[in-house]
Amino acid sequence: MPDLTEKKTAEEIPAQAAVAADAKPEKARSLGSDAWHDLRRKPIFVISALLILLLIVIAIAPGLFTSVDPRAGDLRLHYLSKPNYSHFFQADWFGYDLQGRSIYARVVYGARASVVVGICVTLGVTILGGIAGMVAGYFGGWVDTIISRVTDIFFGIPLLLGSLVILNAFTSRTIWSVVFALVALGWTQMTRVMRGSVITVKQADFVTAAKALGAGTGRIMFKHILPNAIAPVIVVATIALGGYIATEATLSFLGIGLQDPTISWGIDINSAQKVIRTAPFALFFPAGMLSLTVLAFIMLGDAVRDALDPKLR
Amino acid sequence: MGRFVARRLLQMIPVFFGTTLLIFVMVHALPGDPVAAMWGDKAPDPAQVAALRHQLGFDKPMLQQYFDYMGGLLTGDFGQTMAKRPVLDVITEALPVTVRLALFAFAIEIVLGIGIGLFAGLRRGKAFDKGALVITLLLISIPVPVLGFIFQTVFADNLKWVTPTVQDSNDITQLVLPAFVLGSLSLAYVARLTRTSIAENIKADYVRTAVAKGLPRRKVIGTHLLRNSLIPVITFLGTDLGALMGGAIVTEGIFNVKGVGNALYHAINLKEGSTVSGFVAFLVIVYLAAGLIVDLLYAVLDPRIRYA
Repeated sequence: MPDLTEKKTAEEIPAQAAVAADAKPEKARSLGSDAWHDLRRKPIFVISALLILLLIVIAIAPGLFTSVDPRAGDLRLHYLSKPNYSHFFQADWFGYDLQGRSIYARVVYGARASVVVGICVTLGVTILGGIAGMVAGYFGGWVDTIISRVTDIFFGIPLLLGSLVILNAFTSRTIWSVVFALVALGWTQMTRVMRGSVITVKQADFVTAAKALGAGTGRIMFKHILPNAIAPVIVVATIALGGYIATEATLSFLGIGLQDPTISWGIDINSAQKVIRTAPFALFFPAGMLSLTVLAFIMLGDAVRDALDPKLR
Repeated sequence: MGRFVARRLLQMIPVFFGTTLLIFVMVHALPGDPVAAMWGDKAPDPAQVAALRHQLGFDKPMLQQYFDYMGGLLTGDFGQTMAKRPVLDVITEALPVTVRLALFAFAIEIVLGIGIGLFAGLRRGKAFDKGALVITLLLISIPVPVLGFIFQTVFADNLKWVTPTVQDSNDITQLVLPAFVLGSLSLAYVARLTRTSIAENIKADYVRTAVAKGLPRRKVIGTHLLRNSLIPVITFLGTDLGALMGGAIVTEGIFNVKGVGNALYHAINLKEGSTVSGFVAFLVIVYLAAGLIVDLLYAVLDPRIRYA
């Protein structure tokens, strides 16, 4: 395997995102095209990107991959009828679950919940946390103090524990309630990264020049600082995406995330755990797909980080 | 140093109150009335409900409830669960188990994580390094519930090295498997952080100097290279201890460990506001204290860092 995954410096671990404040100011456009140039040549990036593309297609149009209704159960089939591994893309390819529903169809339809939660939560925390971080870093002073303290407060709540409490408040939970809970607790990480990044970029000469030329606050923030400060945020966001998918599955596994009409790998893992010794395949396929999805996003994040982090060149 | 600690302690106060207030409000804002729930399926008597609500202080404004609760907390009164059991009782029963489990996982993480990271960083690009990268990538990608079942199937059901679930949560030898599952994700992060840090620092001037003046390899690595490379690792470990204690919900569920995660999960489902708040208050203190210790460790590890 090429050395894509190996360079990991302090800044990239989400938990200590504050350290990212040390990131050097960088030229965005050249860096962006440079990174793209770099990425296309890395096999890990290509593999993970193709995998993610496939997942997104599955999430958008699961009907392309199976014609079986994932919610239609036939109790005669039950999980005791073993999977038929030579029946590619058929209903009984991965066997049937407790209620006689096709595991293959459920694995296919389960992709949507994971992909939607992962992408929406990442977008949400990046926008919310990014704005808060930019405001805190750019204005400094008491604005920074208030935002930083609020960030500290939210940061003190463990993600899983906090989302358990929030999700308990919903009587019927959909994908959007899970997204809401994870965004409400996850934005602090992005705020810290963005704030640190903005503080370093703010001191660059081109910002002073823009000010001297009479550019307004909005223009300086969005045209000059944002493009130059966004790289570390993109890196943390890509890596975090896989983590959010895993968290959704964990919450659904605990019975506090998504609920039954929604198909989620986490729910299927939960119901399969009771038959783990008699029908391990019922657990294996949703769990395998979940792990593969998380793996794809984390590999992508690793590749993007290596391409975007100029310190590692 | 003393002034630095004092300032950091003062900064912790608003964070402590903020986090506990946030959780307190969230738990109490949950729909469903725990008082009415005491009657089960029967229709509750409104007068009795009102009397009980008054007795429990639920009729007061939220903020006053919070301050009453915090006042009690500071004098050692953690309140009672809905079943009239002192919350402190629940905490003291569950806490030692989780502390043991978390410290066990923490030790695995430090020893294995730093060990693997060190060897991989020193042998960059070799087979061990590549193997370590693949394994850590897998550990990061496999979600905890899945990993728990894999370990349970392989080590307990197939190899029969341990029992599938914990029979006695106070027996530390039974906690080996859950501790591994709990610490695995962080172990992977620690190994990767150490590896990068070592690989970066091995080219540093001070390492070359140490080698040039004829220090034995063991000393170059132990006192110079490793010590300087541990700063990012320590930062991660600091935030991780709190996360291990609060995040053991899944692991404790799979392996039937009667710890904080288990108690918290039930308390949240039963809307036991004071139990949840008590545990969270405790976890926040652990989290903040770990942060302070990390800051102080920086100065120990890197002599250039001094706190006036």
